[in-house]
Formats: sequence, C-alpha cells, structure tokens
Amino acid sequence: MSDWIDVGAVEDIPVLGSRVVQAPGGDIALFRAADGTLFALRDRCPHKGGPLSQGIVHGHSVTCPLHNWVISLESGQAQGADQGCAHKIPLRISGERILLAASALLARAA
Amino acid sequence: MPEKLVVIGNGMAAGRALEELFERSPGAYEVTIFGAEARVDYNRIMLSPVLSGEKAFEDILIHDDAWYEANGITLYRGKQIVQIDREAKRVTAADGTTADYDKLLIATGSLPFILPVPGTSLAGVVTYRDLDDVDAMLTAARKGGRAVVIGGGLLGLEAAAGLKAQGMDVTVLHLMPTLMERQLDPSAGYLLQRAMEERGIAVRCRANTHAILGETHVTGVRLDDGSELPADLVVMAVGIRPNAVLAKEAGLETNRGVLVGDDMRTSDPDIFAVGECVEHRGICYGLVAPLYEMAKMVAGQLSGDGTAAYTGSVTATKLKVTGIDLFSAGDFSEADDKQDIVLRDVARGTYRRIVLKDNRIVGAVLYGATADGSWFFDLLRKETDVSEFRETLIFGQSYVGGASPDPAAAVAALPDDAEICGCNGVCKGKIVQTINDKGLSTLADVRAHTKASASCGTCTGLVEQVMALTLGDKFSRAATEPLCGCTDLGHDEVRRLIRAAELKSIPAVMQELGWKTSCGCAKCRPALNYYLLCDWPEEYEDDGRSRYINERIHANIQKDGTYSVVPRMWGGLTNPRELRAIADVAEKYSIPTVKVTGGQRIDLLGVRKEDLPAVWADLNDAGMVSGHAYAKGLRTVKTCVGKDWCRFGTQDSTGLGVKIEKFMWGSWTPAKVKMGVSGCPRNCAEATCKDVGVICVDSGFEIHFAGAAGIHIKGTQLLCKVADEEECIEVIAALTQLYREQGHYLERMYKWAERVGVDAIRVIVVEDPEKRRALFERFVMSQRKAQIDPWAERVAGRDAHEFIPMANFVLAEAAE
Repeated sequence: MSDWIDVGAVEDIPVLGSRVVQAPGGDIALFRAADGTLFALRDRCPHKGGPLSQGIVHGHSVTCPLHNWVISLESGQAQGADQGCAHKIPLRISGERILLAASALLARAA
Repeated sequence: MPEKLVVIGNGMAAGRALEELFERSPGAYEVTIFGAEARVDYNRIMLSPVLSGEKAFEDILIHDDAWYEANGITLYRGKQIVQIDREAKRVTAADGTTADYDKLLIATGSLPFILPVPGTSLAGVVTYRDLDDVDAMLTAARKGGRAVVIGGGLLGLEAAAGLKAQGMDVTVLHLMPTLMERQLDPSAGYLLQRAMEERGIAVRCRANTHAILGETHVTGVRLDDGSELPADLVVMAVGIRPNAVLAKEAGLETNRGVLVGDDMRTSDPDIFAVGECVEHRGICYGLVAPLYEMAKMVAGQLSGDGTAAYTGSVTATKLKVTGIDLFSAGDFSEADDKQDIVLRDVARGTYRRIVLKDNRIVGAVLYGATADGSWFFDLLRKETDVSEFRETLIFGQSYVGGASPDPAAAVAALPDDAEICGCNGVCKGKIVQTINDKGLSTLADVRAHTKASASCGTCTGLVEQVMALTLGDKFSRAATEPLCGCTDLGHDEVRRLIRAAELKSIPAVMQELGWKTSCGCAKCRPALNYYLLCDWPEEYEDDGRSRYINERIHANIQKDGTYSVVPRMWGGLTNPRELRAIADVAEKYSIPTVKVTGGQRIDLLGVRKEDLPAVWADLNDAGMVSGHAYAKGLRTVKTCVGKDWCRFGTQDSTGLGVKIEKFMWGSWTPAKVKMGVSGCPRNCAEATCKDVGVICVDSGFEIHFAGAAGIHIKGTQLLCKVADEEECIEVIAALTQLYREQGHYLERMYKWAERVGVDAIRVIVVEDPEKRRALFERFVMSQRKAQIDPWAERVAGRDAHEFIPMANFVLAEAAE
C-alpha cells in the first residue's frame, strides 16, 4: 500500500472552511485557510472532544464550536491560556489533490 | 547580507531588545528565536491580575504571531537550547534543531527557587513563574480548599491575594519577621500584614518550612516548630535565581548569573546576555524596569553603537494587589550616616518614610497613599539636594510646590523629565511631545507610540492626566472597549464607519478600518457579518464562514457533535399533522430524544449531521419551517390561550402572537430575541421577562420590553400602550429595528436599553411617529430577503458540502 492516500481535491474544501474525512481512528478535519494553506487535524478538541471541523477558521487557527478554545492549525496546540493538543495528521498536496499519510489515516485508535 | 542573530529565550527582555533593535536597525539581522515555552512573548508581570481573574491571557500578550511574522523572525516554540558551540558558532536544541549565529543573545531568564525540603515534587506543589503555574493554580482553586503560599515577598503576596479572590482559604508562610522585608521596613511590613489579614488571608511570619506532606498529592505543610497546616495547594514563591546553566556549560564566565560588562557582552564578545539571567556589577535584577534598560543597551550595541552602556538601575516596586497601595524604592537599611523622616497616620493606616543621606533621598517607602511615589523616586534618581524643602519633604510634592491637592495640578506641576512610567522609563516631556508630534488622542495610541503605561498599567491614570493636560477638551477619558483584539475600534465606531464609508464586505471593513489580523477572528467576524447584513440588507451576501456553526447550518450543535432540530410552531400552536410528521421523523431517523421546550415547541435532539437535510425535507413536507432556535434572531413568540378559551382573556393573545411571529420571523438581531403575548395581566405567557412582551388589557395592548430570564433575571419595562393590533406590530417592529441598528453584537435587548436609556428609546419609537414609521419600513425591507426558510434552501442543495463527509475510509477498511 502507498504511504500517502488521496482523500479529495483542494477545491472540495471552501476557503476559510473545513471538511471531514471519516477514518477508522475517528474523524479527521481538513482545513483551508484564507491564504490557501491546508491543514489536517484529528476532529477532536483537546478540551471536551468538540468537532473542530465545525468551528470558525481564522488565520491559521480554528475556534472550537463547543467552548471557544482556539486551536492552532499548524501545531494542533490550544492557544492562549488553554492547554492541550489536537493530533496533527501529516498532509501533502499533489497538484490539485490532497494526500494524507496512510499510517495516520488508517490507524485504528487516535 | 544581514548578520544572523540567534536569541535564546522568548520572554519580555528578549522581546523588548528585539523591538528596540528593529526600531534602530531594521533589516540588519536575520533573527531566530528559541523559546522553551510554547507561548509567545507575554507580560509576565501581569500574571497576578490573570490569577485574580481581573485580566485574561489575551490582555497580557505583548507580541502576537503577526509581530514575529512581520519582522521575519524564525520562531521555534517549545524548543529548549541544550548546547552552545562557540567554536562553530552554533546552538542546538533538545530535539536536534540547530541554528548558526553571528551574534548570540542569551535571555534565559530565571528559575524559581525550590526549597530543599522533602515533598516539593508532590502533585499540587507549584511555583509562580509562568502561565502554566497560573493555570495550575486556577485549576486547583476551582475545587476550593486550602492553599499555603510559602514566601511573603512580592510574588507570594500577589499569589495569595489571587487565590483568595478565586475562593480558596489562604495562609502565607514567611521566614522573616515581617513581610517583604527586602522592600519594606518593619512598620510598612506590619501595615501590609494587617491589610492582608483584613482580606481574610492568614499570615505567619518567622515560619520555617520543614517538609511538604502527602503521599502523591500534597496534603499539608509541616513547620520547624512541629505544627502542621492542611493544604490542597502549595505555592512556592521564595525567590528566583538567574538561569545561567547554559552559559556556564558553554564556558562563559558566570557567577550567580551570566556575567556581563556595561556593554552587555559576556566574556565572549559575540555573545550578549540580557534580563534576569544576567549579573551586572554584582547585581541580579528581577524587576521589569532594569530589564528594559538592559534591552535598550543590547539593541544599541547590536546596532553598532559602541557607546551604549548600562550602568545599573535604581529600582522601585509596586505591589499589584487591588486595594493595597504600596511603593518602595532604594535602600532603607539602618546606618549611622542616614536619617529618617517618618509620617504615620494610624487612623488612616498610611505610612511614609524617606531615608536621607547627605541631604539626598536614598530610599522611600510609601504605604496607603502612593501618589507621591514617582516624585520621591525622581528626587532619588537625580540625587537632588533636598535641604531647602526638607521640613515639608515628607508631605509630598503638592505641599512643597504649594499647589492644591488636585491630581491634575500635581501632574501639571511635574517637570518634563519627571518619570511617569517606571516600567518603561517614559518621562512626561516625551509623552507630551509624542502626543503633539503624532497628533495622538487615545490612550491606546499613546501606549503604542511611547510604551507609557503599557506594561504593569499602574500609571495609566497619570498618563491620562498628561493627555488631558496636553489635549484639553479633545481628550475624552471614556476609553472605548475594542471590538476584539483585531482592532482598537469599539462596536459603535465600527458600525458608524461601516455606514459612513459605505463598507459592504468583511474584507472592505478590515482593509479600510486597519484590522490588525489578516482575516479577523471568531469574535469579530460574526459581528461584522451581522452589522453588514443589518446595514445593507439588499446588497450584502451573508458569509457563512463568519457564522457560528449553529447559524451556518441552521441547527444547534450538542456536546457530542450531533444536532438538535426545532421546527417553528407559530405562537405555540400545532396540529395533528405536524405532530404526526414530528413523530414519523423521530422514528425514521432514530432520533433519541424528543422534548418540549420552554418556548412552546418541540425539540428533536441527537440528529446526525448527515441526516439534517432529510429530516428538514420531511418537516417541510408537513408545512413546517425552521424555528431559528439557534439564531441571534427572533426565536419564539410565547402565548397564552386568550379570550377564545380563557374566562379571563381580554384579547386574542394567541392570534396576536401568531401575527407577530409571522411578521418577525427570520430577522437577524444582535442577540437572540424572545417574545411573549399574555391575554390578561395574570400573564400566563410570562411576557414580562421577555425581550418584548405584550400584556393584553380590556382597552388595548401594553408593550413591555428589555426583560430577560437567563443568567440575569430582568423584569421588562413598559414602553407604551396602544389601541389596536396593527399599531402594536408597528411599534414592536420599530423597536426591534432600532435595536438591530444600535445594538452591539451579542448584546441582549436589556443590555442595549441599559446602555442607551429607556427614555431615549421611547422618544424615537413612541413619541416620534415619523422616526417610528421609518424604522418600521426599514424592518419590512430587510425582511424581504430574510424570510426565506433556510431549511428548504438546504433541502434544495445549498451548502451541500456541509452535510457530506469528503471521504470515508471506515467502510473501505471494513471491506478489506
């Protein structure tokens, strides 16, 4: 099996928005920032497990819809005074396609 | 080719040195920072207000991510440098990251001192040094219980006050006979102890900690005298020591701290050091003002100014405990060649002591009334001969100058070189000159340009007085609260400018109003989206990406990521067909919970996001539309049964409620709007705790407004009484429109009414028929685009991507 798996096209994700990829280890949230940068995080806020894919994307951050924790898309780390980290999923762009690391995508437990 | 500057440490000293450097020599260096903390540079001296809850982390941020980016800094967060190779001029981090340098700046700060007693590594034992410590304390405080603070110095007392404010029982243990003995003489120390005790904080002096007790988590503290104090939290605040380990291992000369000369260079001429890790002329500093002075000199040296020299600092201290005013500066140890002047007012609990040597002030302690602190400090630093006014010196500046005790006059009397901001070393003349040169008028501007009052903030009042003196009537002290961290403008200013400059998109607002971030944040974007929608209802296209999830997909997110669905039931009326459709939908999509809401309708809880469009389609088929139970908009119009059935009913309250709801639904408002119509003053629809409530009486309709029954319970106020239903609806629509146009985003109607005044609202909505009509018409116009059922739109395919996962690897994997 290849190390990287195609999960969709860049255009599938709205700018300043996100989409979900369902995976055996739990949902993965893909984000597209205003500057076009793409990020992938496990779709679980480190606080109470809120779906980060449903948050508002701003800069390279997303605000969790449940309790407004701000999570860095670059590191997965909670910003400000909050502590915690959303698991980051390795991501690569190939042309117009988005690839995720097979090891992370198909892992059973997050 | 710029030289490579590597900075070890990302605290206040490093941040300030770089700020000064970029100002003096922009582009001269390619800068790389290694910070052991994951956070960016924040104002460490403001940790105490964060602990006490008076400030939030965002308030004490000095440099945000954008600053690092704008200055082209490579920032490694959470990477600790473990080695300096001076031969190769390279530093290495714990994870193997390396960086080459031409010049190196060591700013590793200090470490909290840990008492050499058993039990210091137990859970529940913390130091007080960074935000992690504050977080740990706040977490412990949430559980309540007892805290013991070891150390009665500046930090220990601030920690104690903060924990007390958070609701813990607090005891301070201090080794010495009086508190803060390094800054205060015994008299002031005693007054301070009394003030702490009055706040309910127990203080034990001459208390020597013998051991910290507990198996895994701390349970108490044992003292040398054998006594034990129970504790759920122990804060160790017994001092700091310079963190010079790295420098020492690299072979640089160190003593207690990293040794530097007046040019801030270490024993290696290409390596500088700054801040609390430094030992200069035998002194290690732990206050912010000397750090900033050092930072300035380092920047001078790095800019090639060989004359920049640091000669040491005289320091002054203020305790940041709200309600306790304490100032101390200089040296007040007893000696034969020194003389004391003391003024005590036992009744008022004030105390001041000036220590003189050769007719010059060498030390000052003020307790209770500290306004003269900066004046004494000024005389001390300038070594002014005070013999001429020695008799009245202790009474302070206003007495010496013969001036009135009016603080404005006192500030006016200050010379231009009087220091206003001790942290940043900003004098009065500099503030006045900067205000005039740059045409500044707000405190935020003055802070940005001069740094005055930008650190600990205790001189804010003084800075404002200097501004008032300089600007006269042009200065208004009522500083507006910025909308969010992305702008200095307040809600009102933003709304005014959106209309005045005809800004019709979020990017236009951000561009024209100088937003400080590229695309705003989760606070300002929803606010701007609402303001634009309200002001340009015909033209503005709603921006779903700037809406909170509930409004973006028209359902309420629940804690497990599922959603709830609430169809509208006009005025609380329903019928068998609707109920049947709800029952069918609940069964068909295995919706686990069906509940009656407080707003007289039915909530379907636990709907999977993918199922939402199908659920809505079925409800639409039965004639139901979205209840906007998620919206900053019209929620419900609750009614009683009225005169159709009720023997007390005076009017058709149900019918009026349905009419109001049919007229108002779909409108977006600053915050949610709930309404109610009661058919008689018995008020079964609870109309008098709604945003808008109607009480029917025999002669007509009383319109009430500005009530709430959430965190705050507010009874409504009577707006007016009208004779018929048509007029009733016109007044309610006009009132809502005025609220839509004036309200701050997320400001409930009662808050808005408190802010602008009920009378002011009544003058427009009730007493001026023309204005009321105009408001009504604007409301009607905005409803044209608003009254489209968002569920039907999504059933028809709008925003389909919101409801469908991009890819699914769960099934694919199962099939393998």
